[in-house]
Amino acid sequence: MPAQQAEVFEKVRNCLVDALGVDDDEVTPEATMVGDLGAESIDFLDIVFRLEKTFNIKIPRGELFPEDILSNAQYVREGKVTSEGIDQLKKRMPFVDLTKFEADPRVTNFGNLLTVQDLVNYVQSKLP
Amino acid sequence: MRWFWIDRFTEFTSGHSATAVKTLSLSEDHLHDHFPGASIMPNTLVLEGMAQTAGLLVCEHSGFTKQVILAKVSKAIFYGEAWPGDTLTYRAQVHSIKDDGAMTSVTSHMNGQLQAEAEIFFAHLEQISRRGDKVELFDPYDLFSWLRLLKLYEVGRDADGNPLKIHPHMAESDPHLRSSAAAVS
Repeated sequence: MPAQQAEVFEKVRNCLVDALGVDDDEVTPEATMVGDLGAESIDFLDIVFRLEKTFNIKIPRGELFPEDILSNAQYVREGKVTSEGIDQLKKRMPFVDLTKFEADPRVTNFGNLLTVQDLVNYVQSKLP
Repeated sequence: MRWFWIDRFTEFTSGHSATAVKTLSLSEDHLHDHFPGASIMPNTLVLEGMAQTAGLLVCEHSGFTKQVILAKVSKAIFYGEAWPGDTLTYRAQVHSIKDDGAMTSVTSHMNGQLQAEAEIFFAHLEQISRRGDKVELFDPYDLFSWLRLLKLYEVGRDADGNPLKIHPHMAESDPHLRSSAAAVS
């Protein structure tokens, strides 16, 4: 891991330890936010505040966790994200690999998609 | 029993910080029922007072128009017990307020010593229900009456340090202020 990425990872890890009450060693790059770290919807608001404060960045609503797309009838049919919705997610979240999700785009699967590494990538994209 | 867990504000700066006090009295029911034989204020109620201090600070930022709910207590540490006759001083600080919520930290001091500290998150509820009704968690007049009991408009300052003016949403809820405003116009 390059030096800057390692530093960002350490700070993201501290944010997640404080926000989720998990142990340091649980926060690995591959760990998923919901499945492995037990994040609930309100925790994402907490995490956004901590990332903004730690990195002095602004995170617009819906950019990191696009609830508005996943709850929009235009992009979701019968519990699955449509191809139009997937395009929206790709635009909104270029820092996330959506390949697996595209294969089975049930909205319920989305919660398990975001990993710690995705957060690190996102933060890095916001840094000057 | 009324759900008032602060007695009054002693300092209030819009969008920034607030200090409130809570003096315990042996006549309060909770001091007799929670730990029989030991009249200690439960930590959950200390936390409630801390949350009321910070929650009103967050709510004031929108002129009491947004619906603010306690979303999460990510940290709460208690260092001492509060007994009848003790006065707790809660100091809340806003770290960030966004469209969807706010991050605050609050301390409780007793006799100059740190008694508790917490990190509390608030969320803004959607203003309109799915049926299209406007959502109000409190009756505006009841809220306004509470704010006056808490001396908010006596000690409050806006972000520029000027005395806090009565918020339009609160003034509209008061029939006397409404009739005075109508008489002036």
